[in-house]
Amino acid sequence: MTGFWGRFARNRQAVLGLGILAVVGLIAATAHLFFPEDPFSLAGRSMSPPGANGFLLGSDSLGRDVAAGIAHGAKTSLLIGLVATIVAVCIGVIMGALAGYYGGWIDDVLMRTTEMFQTIPSFIFAILLVAIMKPSIESIIIAIAVVSWPAVARLVRGEFLSLRNREFVQACHTVGMSDVRIMLGEILPNCLSPIIVIGSLMVATAILIESGLAFLGLGDPNIMSWGFQIGAGRTLLRSAWWVCTFPGIAILLTVLAINLVGEGLNDALNPRLRERS
Amino acid sequence: MTTAGKRARYVLKRLAQAIPIVLAIVILNFLLLQLAEGDAVDVLAGEAGSATPEYMAELRAKFGLDQPIHVQLARYLWNVVQLDLGYSFRHEMPVSELIVDRVFATGLLMVATILLAVGFGILLGLLAAVGLNTWRDTAISIFALITYATPLFWVGLMLIVVFSLNLGWFPTSGMENVAMFYEGWDRVFNIAHHLVLPTITLSLFYLALYTRLMRASMLEQAGQDYVTTARAKGLTERRIVFVHVLRNALLPVVTMAGVQVGALIGGSVIVESVFAWPGLGMLAFEALFARDLNLLLGIFLLSAVLVVAVNLVVDIIYSMLDPRIEVG
Amino acid sequence: MTQSQNPLLDICNLHVALPAGSQREFAVQDASIRLHKNEILCVVGESGSGKSLTARAVMGLLPKPHVRVAKGQILFGGDDLAKVSDVRMREIRGSEISMIFQEPMTALNPVMTIGRQIDEVFRFHRAMVARDRREKAIQLLDDVQLPDPRRIMDAHPHELSGGQRQRAMIAMALALDPRILIADEPTTALDVTTQAQILKLIKDLQSSHNTGVLFITHDFGVVADIADKVVVMQGGQVVETGTADEILNRPQHSYTRALIDAVPSLSPRAPRARSDEVVLKVDHLDKVYGGGRAFFGLGREARKVHAVNDVSFELRRGETLGIVGESGSGKSTVARCIVRLIDAESGTILLENTDLRPLGRAALRPWRAKIQMVFQDPFASLNPRRKVGTIIAQGMRLMGRPAEEAESRTRELLDIVGLDERAFDRFPHEFSGGQRQRIGIARALALDPEVLVADEPVSALDVSIQAQILHLLDEIRERMTLSMVFITHDLRVAAQVCDRLAVMRHGKVVEAGSTGEIFANPRHEYTRELLGAVPGKHWDPRQAALSA
Repeated sequence: MTGFWGRFARNRQAVLGLGILAVVGLIAATAHLFFPEDPFSLAGRSMSPPGANGFLLGSDSLGRDVAAGIAHGAKTSLLIGLVATIVAVCIGVIMGALAGYYGGWIDDVLMRTTEMFQTIPSFIFAILLVAIMKPSIESIIIAIAVVSWPAVARLVRGEFLSLRNREFVQACHTVGMSDVRIMLGEILPNCLSPIIVIGSLMVATAILIESGLAFLGLGDPNIMSWGFQIGAGRTLLRSAWWVCTFPGIAILLTVLAINLVGEGLNDALNPRLRERS
Repeated sequence: MTTAGKRARYVLKRLAQAIPIVLAIVILNFLLLQLAEGDAVDVLAGEAGSATPEYMAELRAKFGLDQPIHVQLARYLWNVVQLDLGYSFRHEMPVSELIVDRVFATGLLMVATILLAVGFGILLGLLAAVGLNTWRDTAISIFALITYATPLFWVGLMLIVVFSLNLGWFPTSGMENVAMFYEGWDRVFNIAHHLVLPTITLSLFYLALYTRLMRASMLEQAGQDYVTTARAKGLTERRIVFVHVLRNALLPVVTMAGVQVGALIGGSVIVESVFAWPGLGMLAFEALFARDLNLLLGIFLLSAVLVVAVNLVVDIIYSMLDPRIEVG
Repeated sequence: MTQSQNPLLDICNLHVALPAGSQREFAVQDASIRLHKNEILCVVGESGSGKSLTARAVMGLLPKPHVRVAKGQILFGGDDLAKVSDVRMREIRGSEISMIFQEPMTALNPVMTIGRQIDEVFRFHRAMVARDRREKAIQLLDDVQLPDPRRIMDAHPHELSGGQRQRAMIAMALALDPRILIADEPTTALDVTTQAQILKLIKDLQSSHNTGVLFITHDFGVVADIADKVVVMQGGQVVETGTADEILNRPQHSYTRALIDAVPSLSPRAPRARSDEVVLKVDHLDKVYGGGRAFFGLGREARKVHAVNDVSFELRRGETLGIVGESGSGKSTVARCIVRLIDAESGTILLENTDLRPLGRAALRPWRAKIQMVFQDPFASLNPRRKVGTIIAQGMRLMGRPAEEAESRTRELLDIVGLDERAFDRFPHEFSGGQRQRIGIARALALDPEVLVADEPVSALDVSIQAQILHLLDEIRERMTLSMVFITHDLRVAAQVCDRLAVMRHGKVVEAGSTGEIFANPRHEYTRELLGAVPGKHWDPRQAALSA
């Protein structure tokens, strides 16, 4: 795989993204070491500006440590982003693969369903789902997965549609290979690259959706998250700008890093596309 | 058949295709309502404070909630067809009336946002693609990359901090200064003044999206064979870019603009709640806090139908731009 | 045609450099080519010979900045096109030198009418009022024999057929009566009958306008039909230059001789004795595409295409049956119906007295091994993610053969198809097109089939590779007493490979018989048309080989 890493590393932006992402990951993994206290707990004087009273990034109106919130929030964002994406990719791959491979009425039914899900304003749908299921980390993951899978399904369907008529697949039919084996063993490995790319970009979108939900007060009430911090700090805009600002920068950097890595993967996995531009 | 006749038939066909999708959304809406804990009677009972089980059963019978589910669904469908989206017990008003009150504000915000995002997105993408690998391209690409990663609500808050609180250029919230009783053009200017920050906030993300898409699309089209042909005819690069490449490159952007309308409505919930813009998004936000599910579902249904309608319009525009779409 | 006059175009010692890190430094190396007025000069070579880049260098259309002219001159009139300013180059393009391309579909702007695309040429090079421009454009479309020019003016490219699009391209290229027309494989994407018409059109227009034509092609048949002079290129270098007669009939350079030797002759090979044993019998086969309604009946009623219409034939032991026809004739669909990749609606496919057509998946499985297929595209027919050994052994493993046995058989097969045993552990992308096709053949042979169905197995290959693969197929058929159904659009290939032929058109077999009979005495009008359209039919490459 030296070829892949070589091509990935040639994209400096992607390496930068990977670096930022590694730092975010490290912060998330060590949050409980540096901030062993519950991030919701009162940690000192309220409304301390950054640097004052032992608060690196200040504290909010209830005396909660913004830095601790960011560290614990990193865990939440990455976890929800990853799990929701994995669920969405699984649903999307199954739907897309069946629709693209079999075509006909199966394709019609599955694609009309996908179309319907794509028509529904996804963020409002996510709000509804979380509101109905009561906010919790599971309901948030389900809601994000439910609104994200259609994009994967369309992509996978397109790939399967073009690959199923490729001659190497027909050759497998001529030796009597079963459909499941053809789909999993022959076609799927050949469309992994675009799935990995869209999956990585979806993690970024999932983090944005999660922060939006938490901002509106639909986060899991027991788990710290960046969106929640900003939502809680919005009334303090005048007096304590730092409460909103730093979590926002955390979201920005994380999402940016994931997007950069996603594009780097795209360039590295689809060399033909790279040559064109 | 004449072209106009063909186009009319095409529109009808697309309309017919949209019906099953709308129907499916209505059914989904109904199922979500079933999924929610408690029904309207629970809500009413909650409002009243105390209610005997007998009284609740009576109420359920009155509203038809004791009927089998398919009967309830049929009822619900019939109500939706009559534009009856249920009753909001919080606002003590029919949901449809509440929605109608707020449609204008959201419509205004959406139109302004789409114009800004699509217009500038195309322009920036074009500029970046024409000056490929120059400082201009780099600057535009970095701008797009960053705005593409920024959460809407945070942009909104930061704009408020900078332009409202510190510089005092724009109001922090609302759609107009009601206390001033402006009329005529004064009122229009006042609303426009309030519109600036919400529009910028909502459009930034999509602006980035269209910029990136337009740039990629231009570059892809620039590598096509017909561009070589155009060059072989002795056309200037200017003509090649602005006449040949541009029109082909616009096609995926138009498609994307249609697809993104749904996302835009979702974004308006956040932006409206940040700027207290009195539109559907704000209404949804309020409904969320009041646990007013009927109202939330009504807004959801309407926004979905709106997306279907906009997609229809986009399809028609697309069919005029791309002659390969068979209109007949 | 006097050669003493100054050449129209004089390419001297042209070097076209490739970007650093490419396989070779120069795509075109030290090429010198002279084109005179009123002559058709064919530049012929295989893929990678640099012929197309030479043409593009003349037009200043090299993919800048990676590929560029490094050395040499391209003299045209008083200008050196290798160094001329952009402004002057634009003046020349389209008015003094024009170009037409291989793919007429992608070479025209899909969202612009034909009329506007022609109009642009006038607008940029001549001061003419709109009405004159339109009149002139209609006149041009008429000149290239397009029916109803006024309608075509307002048509978009997708509304025209491939041949019509190429005619429109030619009209556009000749709009300003250029002194030079550069044609880059302009008929390669077209069917053989359309190709013949386009070649005739180019030749007619060339002689009536005294144009110099630089014609890029890989096909010696086309060269024989239209060339006055020929330049042969190999690996970026010009290896031989001469008149058409010299090159075609008395080639001097060994590469030219090898190329011409590889061109299959149109005279069918000697007939072989026919076996009495029928291996495969196809009766009244029918396949209709489309016609079904889309979901909820809301989709557009799909147009019905009768792809295979009442096709019957029989294949005897050890013989090769060629199914020939143009694109859309249904020949590939027949092949796919026989191997059951496509389910035919009705008819019988009798193999050893068993009708394969109605068999379900499970019932069909034991029969799969008996009919195997070789595919057209050597790049699409091998799974890029699997090793060659796995690809070949896959079928044997599925049929329940033990792993060691399958592996040793695979190594044996690699040897049979002329590949090194080490190929076993390599991936397909490490092989060239011809080698991949050998792998595809090995895969088809792995299950010891009775019948081999080959769908255009050589049409994606260069002519010298093509000859090798045809030779291999022949050898294998002899060695394993295989019977073969050979699908091809190329009558030259058919003449050399097939014992019997079935000519297909619009889903029907219009004529069938022994190859010799059909070539000598075609009964159906369409067969005559096909035979008449074969490029270079009056030239026999074997004569050239003998004289050399």
